[in-house]
Amino acid sequence: MLSIKNLHASIDGKEILKGVNLEVKAGEIHAIMGPNGSGKSTLSAVLAGREDYEVTEGSVTFNEKDLLELLPEDRAREGVFLAFQYPVEIPGVSNVNFLKIALNEIRAYKGLEPMEAKDFLVRLKEKQKLVELDGKLASRSVNEGFSGGEKKRNEIFQMAMLEPKLSILDETDSGLDIDALRIVAGGVNKLKSKDNAIIVITHYQRLLDYIVPDVVHILYNGKIVKSGPKELALELEEKGYDFIKEQVGA
Amino acid sequence: MSNEVLEEQINSDYKYGFVTDIEADNAPKGLNEDIIRFISKKKNEPNWMLEYRLKAFRYWLTLDEPHWAHVSYPQPNFQDIIYYSAPKPKVQLNSLDEVDPELLKTFEKLGISIEEQKRLSGVESRIAVDIVMDSISVKTTFKETLLEKGIIFCSFGEAVQEHPELIKKYMSSVVPYTDNFYAALNSAVFTDGSFCYIPKGVRCPMELSTYFRINSSGTGQFERTLIIADEGSYVSYLEGCTAPMRDENQLHAAVVEIVTHKNAEVKYSTVQNWYPGDKNGKGGIFNFVTKRGICLEDNSKISWTQVETGSAVTWKYPSVILKGDNSVGEFYSVAVTNNYQQADTGTKMMHLGKNTRSTIISKGISAGFSNNSYRGLVRISKGATNARNFSQCDSLLMGDKCGAHTFPYIEIKDKTAVVEHEATTSKIGEDQLFYCKSRGIDNEKAIGLIVNGYCKEVLNKLPMEFAVEAQKLLAVSLEGSVG
Ligand SMILES: Nc1ncnc2c1ncn2[C@@H]1O[C@H](COP(=O)(O)OP(=O)(O)OP(=O)(O)O)[C@@H](O)[C@H]1O
Ligand SMILES: [Mg+2]
Repeated sequence: MLSIKNLHASIDGKEILKGVNLEVKAGEIHAIMGPNGSGKSTLSAVLAGREDYEVTEGSVTFNEKDLLELLPEDRAREGVFLAFQYPVEIPGVSNVNFLKIALNEIRAYKGLEPMEAKDFLVRLKEKQKLVELDGKLASRSVNEGFSGGEKKRNEIFQMAMLEPKLSILDETDSGLDIDALRIVAGGVNKLKSKDNAIIVITHYQRLLDYIVPDVVHILYNGKIVKSGPKELALELEEKGYDFIKEQVGA
Repeated sequence: MSNEVLEEQINSDYKYGFVTDIEADNAPKGLNEDIIRFISKKKNEPNWMLEYRLKAFRYWLTLDEPHWAHVSYPQPNFQDIIYYSAPKPKVQLNSLDEVDPELLKTFEKLGISIEEQKRLSGVESRIAVDIVMDSISVKTTFKETLLEKGIIFCSFGEAVQEHPELIKKYMSSVVPYTDNFYAALNSAVFTDGSFCYIPKGVRCPMELSTYFRINSSGTGQFERTLIIADEGSYVSYLEGCTAPMRDENQLHAAVVEIVTHKNAEVKYSTVQNWYPGDKNGKGGIFNFVTKRGICLEDNSKISWTQVETGSAVTWKYPSVILKGDNSVGEFYSVAVTNNYQQADTGTKMMHLGKNTRSTIISKGISAGFSNNSYRGLVRISKGATNARNFSQCDSLLMGDKCGAHTFPYIEIKDKTAVVEHEATTSKIGEDQLFYCKSRGIDNEKAIGLIVNGYCKEVLNKLPMEFAVEAQKLLAVSLEGSVG
């Protein structure tokens, strides 16, 4: 589904990604861990198409398409979804309206008619339940005045509504309380299928107890320096990043 | 976003720029007492009206064009304007069948239905429309239905003929011809406009609306609107306007007066979409308008809502004189400027009565090379005890070649007044745009969405049909303004 080869990206002339390689197949869950500033959010932003970053080398293919050639909105329409580490507020635009427009834009790209209001409402209710999102939040302005945890939950609600093929969850767990973490993770698990894939970026093993990854990668200084089964996360938790530093000789 | 992209993309489409090929009855170019007599004669006016015009004209001759607004433009040549242009033949239209088919087509293109029958069937969305093309009112719908309730809704010219006592009593009582340069000019040469009187205790059952259209080349439009809400009455009034695309600048100098009596309320909404000129700043309407209302008696309310997207230069300050005790004035405004448009707009709230309250919400959006200024005056006179004002003026910048300015003036002569002013300036967020895009929403739609969200407080004040139109208009006006 997703194939990243030797990806280099920089911002304001500073290289952040220094040759990332990653293969994700449909039905898989990948976890990316790594110290602060190692480039995790940069990688997700580059995949989603943020224009501030310059890709200097490498390639990304997504379902046989050259992802880097696509506009950010077209990447979303092709099925890439990014749950933001820091979700953005859009005052005056209701969550519901925002999602209706997004959904219909994605449908239009696929040559589908706008969704019937009735069907949209049904989906809204269903997905709201899935992540136990307060109905009031759905009708409020996008993320405006939401608490940190509410914003994160809202990201997963959006993911549920848009039904992407590849979801990148950038530290969705941070800011969620213990119950919320369980609920949101449960929602993500329900959204998982053999046809879609999920990349979870996290600092904590805790999330991976709920969303169990097939592979864990460690991003360090702009490169994936180690990949392994889910136990790698446990090892990290135990030993910290120092053992990685030693291994890569930093 | 890089400036090249921005420049490359600045190009907004004005879809009302067509010209209707219709025969017109014009006055010769120029302005002098003979022209004024010509207009007055054409309109078959009583002598007192002619005298009023001449007085205004003589006063106007003593004035200089004002230059205090934050706008610059070539001074209009007042001798090079046609002051009267009427679609021919000017006959009394009794049914829609008698309307020139070209005219009907025009209004179809503008998206206005003047078919009463159609409107009648949809009970909820009934709007009575007065249509003013160049200098005359061509059709007023629903007149009879309204008359059953005692509501007078007709063209200004007709009101002069049929309700002279009301015109004599109220015209010029809020905006005297001595008020300013353009008010004087308008008082001398005004041609048509709408008149509306809501009798005691009547809630107008439908929205009243006037649609202004400049069609002929070389003409100016000088309309006058007068709205009177008698004791305990209510009306919501809408005004829309468009003009063809021309290289020349055309002058539009209107006067609107509103009077509310005890416990009465008038809600006045405008969607101003005169031709703004092309993307290099050529052509477009000069929109120099005096709009003012007076809450003459206690517990009355006047509310102005405006969405200003058109015109090359706008100079406009819908104001409220809060004379009656406990009266309320409101001003909700969205002003968008793109390319080389200039707008200097705002309001004046003059508190005279006790416990008077006013609210000002202004949202300016500037893009391209445009300049957008908010200018507002809040005056609390001595004796206006416990007056309250709240003002909020927000500016949104798109790109870095445009300007936003705020000129709030506050004069407080009474110690008990409470006046609050808030102002913000922000740039349209890259983060917001990217967030929208990451959800599959393209640049144009994202801008529309963000801007509409930003203006929501104001758009919410518009009647439903108008709000939808205004939202689309905002998106169109800003098309291509952010790369
Ligand atoms: N405009 C910029 N100019 C220079 N450096 C930048 C710029 N933007 C981001 N960076 C740097 O890029 C590096 C990677 O940032 P990124 O947000 O991808 O890290 P991260 O792995 O997501 O960290 P965290 O775990 O804290 O979220 C950081 O060192 C950051 O300071
Ligand atoms: Mg990060």
